[in-house]
Amino acid sequence: MAISLSMDSSATTATFPTDRVTDGLSATEIELRGCFVLGLGGNAAQYRLFLDGLGSHLRAYLRRRLPRAQADVEDILQETLLAVHNARHTYRDDQPLTAWVHAIARYKLMDFFRAHSRREALHEPFEDDGSLFVDSDVEPADARRDVGRLLEALPDRHRLPIVFVKLQGLSVAEAAQRCGISESAVKVGVHRGLKALAARIRGGV
Amino acid sequence: MKTNDFIGMLANQTPSVDRRAPARRFALALLLGLVAAMLLMAAGLGLRPDLTQVVHLPMFWLRLTLPVGIASAAMWLTLRLSRPGVRIGARWAGLAAPVVVAWAGMAVVLARASTDSRVALVLGHTWRVCPILIALLSMPAFAAMLWAVRGMAPVRPRVTGAAVGLLAGATATVAYCLHCPEMSPAFWSTWYLLGMTIPATVGALIGPRVLRW
Repeated sequence: MAISLSMDSSATTATFPTDRVTDGLSATEIELRGCFVLGLGGNAAQYRLFLDGLGSHLRAYLRRRLPRAQADVEDILQETLLAVHNARHTYRDDQPLTAWVHAIARYKLMDFFRAHSRREALHEPFEDDGSLFVDSDVEPADARRDVGRLLEALPDRHRLPIVFVKLQGLSVAEAAQRCGISESAVKVGVHRGLKALAARIRGGV
Repeated sequence: MKTNDFIGMLANQTPSVDRRAPARRFALALLLGLVAAMLLMAAGLGLRPDLTQVVHLPMFWLRLTLPVGIASAAMWLTLRLSRPGVRIGARWAGLAAPVVVAWAGMAVVLARASTDSRVALVLGHTWRVCPILIALLSMPAFAAMLWAVRGMAPVRPRVTGAAVGLLAGATATVAYCLHCPEMSPAFWSTWYLLGMTIPATVGALIGPRVLRW
């Protein structure tokens, strides 16, 4: 935490501390920041390096923060990267990149919590600034958006039961109530829908 | 979509960024807000007829320092709040300084006044309309500044909304000073502040919805 505290206080100083190059954490900060600043100047290759590096760190950060929602990590990661990209003009040169990125990641994470109101996840503390660049997770995973696209092709009577029962984890009775159909219709919908999905995936659609 | 492809897509959008664009946007919003408040004041309320004489009085300028001081502090706060990860900390006190000075002035004036004239000093002749007129004059500045902040990335939308509202209120009060006939610190330390608080409250209420990104 001593490191993260020092990162915090440097947010208010006019010059970026260069005496911590030996520090593992600050080395990432300096490396990513270098790529980012060049990227802001129009260097697409450096910008790509920055996004790749940031993506790995963010993935590890989000996986730690969302132990019960690993499937959402890739979605939130992409959303956060997009937010970083869209807000890149708001970065101040005299500010540590860690503090800037962390504030954005936290904002997007809170947004996700609000939208999903996962109460158990809200108990996770996300006050520790500096931990963002501690781990790196380069293993990419597919976002759930692809499933969403496949599901869109299904008719509602198949799609909604799958969304409620298989993705959101509701009971058959709850799903039946939400869809306004009988429980057996929900079961049939899940069954036929999954079958249709499997056929689509095999067919390479 | 795979995150790698997604990153490739982002990196392919020529990422050259104009670093001065935010400053220009804020300057434009501030100017628009002030000019609009001045025009509204001149057209709807009129400059005070003795303006050419009162500009020679120190109290006229002293009165103007209250909204100008609050506008400066609120502008500074708004600029910082609209960027992620920029801390404010103890410098919130910058906002309190003009208020403390104004209230000290009010205390001196009221202490030296006779007991029966105190209420009259505070209420003046226009206390009923003053805060409402300030709130009305602040509307263009409010809209312009919200537009400027929406181009940024405020991570604390409620506080940012309040700062934007306060800035708009203070801008409007600068314009209102050219109309307002009241000169007593007891009056303007009360009602000008109340007038600025109205848009600030509105900003805190609508901030989370309007400043989402």
